[in-house]
Amino acid sequence: MTDQTLAQLSNLAIYSAMVVLTLAMLADAVYLARLVPARESAKETSRERELVAAGGAPETEVRHPASGAVDTAAPAGRDTEPLAARRAAGIGWTLTLLGTVLVVAGVGLRALEVHRWPLGNMYEFAIVGSMFVLLAYCGWSMKRDLRWLGLFVVVPVLLNLGLAITVWYTDASELMPSLRSVWLAIHVAVATLSVAVVTIGFSLGVMYLIQDRLEVAPERPRSFMSRLPDARALERLTYAVHIVAFPLWTFTVIAGAIWARQAWGSYWNWDPKEVWSFVIWVVYAAYLHARATTGWKRQNAVWIALVGYGCIILNFAVVNVFFVGQHSYSGL
Amino acid sequence: MSARTDVAQPRLGPVGWLRWMWRQLTSMRTALFLLLLLAIGAIPGSTFPQRSIDPARTTQWIVDHPTAGPVLDRLGFFEVYASPWFAAIYLLLFVSLIGCVLPRTKILWHQVRSAPPRAPRRLDRLAASREETVDGEVEEVRERVRVALTKRRYRVHAHDDETLSAEKGYLREAGNLVFHVALIGVLVGVAWGHLLGWKGDVIVPVGKTFANTLSRYDTFSPGPWVDVNDLLPYTITLDRLDATFETEAKSPGQFGAPRDFEAFTTFTDPDGTSEARSIRVNGPLETGGGSVFLLGNGYAPVITVRDADGTVIYSDATPFLAQDNNYTSVGAVKVPGASPEQLGFAGFFLPTGVIDDQGPHSVFPDALDPQLALTAFEGELFPSGRPQSVYSLDTGAMTPVPGEDADQLRILLRPGETYDLPGGRGSITFDRVERFAGLSIRTDPGKTMTLVAALLMLAGLVASLGIRRRRVFVRVGPGAEPGRTVVSVGGLAKDDDEGMPDEIGAVLTALEGTR
Repeated sequence: MTDQTLAQLSNLAIYSAMVVLTLAMLADAVYLARLVPARESAKETSRERELVAAGGAPETEVRHPASGAVDTAAPAGRDTEPLAARRAAGIGWTLTLLGTVLVVAGVGLRALEVHRWPLGNMYEFAIVGSMFVLLAYCGWSMKRDLRWLGLFVVVPVLLNLGLAITVWYTDASELMPSLRSVWLAIHVAVATLSVAVVTIGFSLGVMYLIQDRLEVAPERPRSFMSRLPDARALERLTYAVHIVAFPLWTFTVIAGAIWARQAWGSYWNWDPKEVWSFVIWVVYAAYLHARATTGWKRQNAVWIALVGYGCIILNFAVVNVFFVGQHSYSGL
Repeated sequence: MSARTDVAQPRLGPVGWLRWMWRQLTSMRTALFLLLLLAIGAIPGSTFPQRSIDPARTTQWIVDHPTAGPVLDRLGFFEVYASPWFAAIYLLLFVSLIGCVLPRTKILWHQVRSAPPRAPRRLDRLAASREETVDGEVEEVRERVRVALTKRRYRVHAHDDETLSAEKGYLREAGNLVFHVALIGVLVGVAWGHLLGWKGDVIVPVGKTFANTLSRYDTFSPGPWVDVNDLLPYTITLDRLDATFETEAKSPGQFGAPRDFEAFTTFTDPDGTSEARSIRVNGPLETGGGSVFLLGNGYAPVITVRDADGTVIYSDATPFLAQDNNYTSVGAVKVPGASPEQLGFAGFFLPTGVIDDQGPHSVFPDALDPQLALTAFEGELFPSGRPQSVYSLDTGAMTPVPGEDADQLRILLRPGETYDLPGGRGSITFDRVERFAGLSIRTDPGKTMTLVAALLMLAGLVASLGIRRRRVFVRVGPGAEPGRTVVSVGGLAKDDDEGMPDEIGAVLTALEGTR
């Protein structure tokens, strides 16, 4: 196959993935919408049933009431959900899997087309990042029920893919000299993976803050949020995701420094991209600190994490394109 | 009226105040505040040009902003990472860090050396607990639990005959401490490199030789503790420089983008042994006395100036510095030996030249249609004896050489062409084009330490985030029937620990398994 054909196939795969993921998004949205009980009474019943299910756990099930919150990470059991909701979730999951396969294919074809790691410009970072987000979500879903999270993962991925193919699209081209190194695969791949993981963390953090507001509201508005994990569980998941991403980001910065020594002669030059990587690292370190600080509210800690994600977006979308520095690889 | 009543507060003496300040500084809150401040403080370094990175752009910025420029300059916004306030933030942070790490190391040390604490009376009050009745005598069951716990890498201690106290995950705290101590290591490594490292830049046209002595460098910045006369006397001859640029992709960001640079050199070490070595962008040349990086390249047109008699008064490959991605380059030719007055030429070198209403510029970085566009001046080249850039002309004491039909003579040359200067001033010839390599030679004795510390930091981080500190307490007692034993297991985790119930379940399952 010629590179031309591969390019067309790659783009086709990305476009198809976007269509499939849009449908997945709709199905996930339907799932959440159908979760909301039709009447207030229905909600009461389902709440009660949930309580019974949790309290009446047989002795062999080691679930202490104090740690019961853990289980709510998988919201109400599947059997308490309306059939229509379950069906929508099933469709959403299947479509998400299909979308993931298509994005992986798009990335793979792009790699074949350009004869190198597809990590050379913003378009490639973006599609690889989307791929990692989807893979991380699918992988995690195998371990626990995350159907409720689907919508909040697919939406950022779609946004990212949309921007990638419209604004950041770059024709296949060779790398500039400073990028020709094994460190490209190591540094950039891990950076992208870390950002992908933290994207899921960002979604969880936002959901936590909303859930937390709703829980303290005097009269809780009726919404699907009441069927999602409670604020405590969401906060723990947010933290769990971030403690995976933070070492990855630390590694990214270290690997970047080793590469910078190789390519530019000095491991740290305070280039704008380096400055922002450092800022991001410090902000997430502050998040982990804040969470461990007694007397600091968890909400405020999560806000710091969200600011960290804001810095990541800035580092990618603004610093890459508009700042003068040595990391000018946007290809735009 | 105030509702508050005066509270008799203890007086703090000077020692008390110091103690209070130390406690404030080493608190987590302060550390958190300093961390956030560090993040904010680092940002201006990316939004304002930095003198250490791009001095020319910094100067230009200050000139362009006459009001804000000097003020920001005084506040250190153009040298953020060397500014006192930035140093204050990170030094305070490190002091806070040390103040936090020392007592924690002491605590961990004591914990590791002493046994886990006695089991609490009521295990079911713990975060996770479970009770089960199993076959076996009390003593035997307790031994089996002990084995099960040891297999799960717990440190087990029996304070009495009925209970066991077990703990594991000391590496969590140890990792956390290693992380923080390694941060200090990174800082020391960076400082060491700053004090004892040096870097120098030099432009070497093809065919020329660079000898590693201080005087040969175009710029040289040594660390404060560097002995600049102690450079290793090697030489590097640039034999050839290959540069390739993108011609396939037509999109504006890609066409003409650099693809590969390689400098072929002859390296002669201090003993006089020569060998061919190449320098690439990701492949520096290690000399044993600094690493040589290929950080820039450009064109050095070979220019010859003759006087009216035809005697050569200037002939050299003259580097012109690239100003844009298409290598529109500026430079100057200074001919102090010209008569009656000294001559100077300034202008552009264009590898693929176009001269239109945008002025002279290049449209492609490779030398497809090289042109030299110069203007000529006469007068005094070095009026005040001040050092000046070799790439620009100080025209303060010079006047433009007039042209035939204009105030100023404009010369456009292609390779091989000669222009006769008016009024018996001689001639200028553009012989051919050579490339030059911008070499940067650097040493950083602190880099190994920084790297090792950074890797330790990463390892400590992974340990401190991935390992869980857990305490498990076990109480055994006779069951209702003979030959049966009641086992209660309770777990206590340091932080949020979702896995504690599973852990206890696993201990009990292992207990069954040992039967």
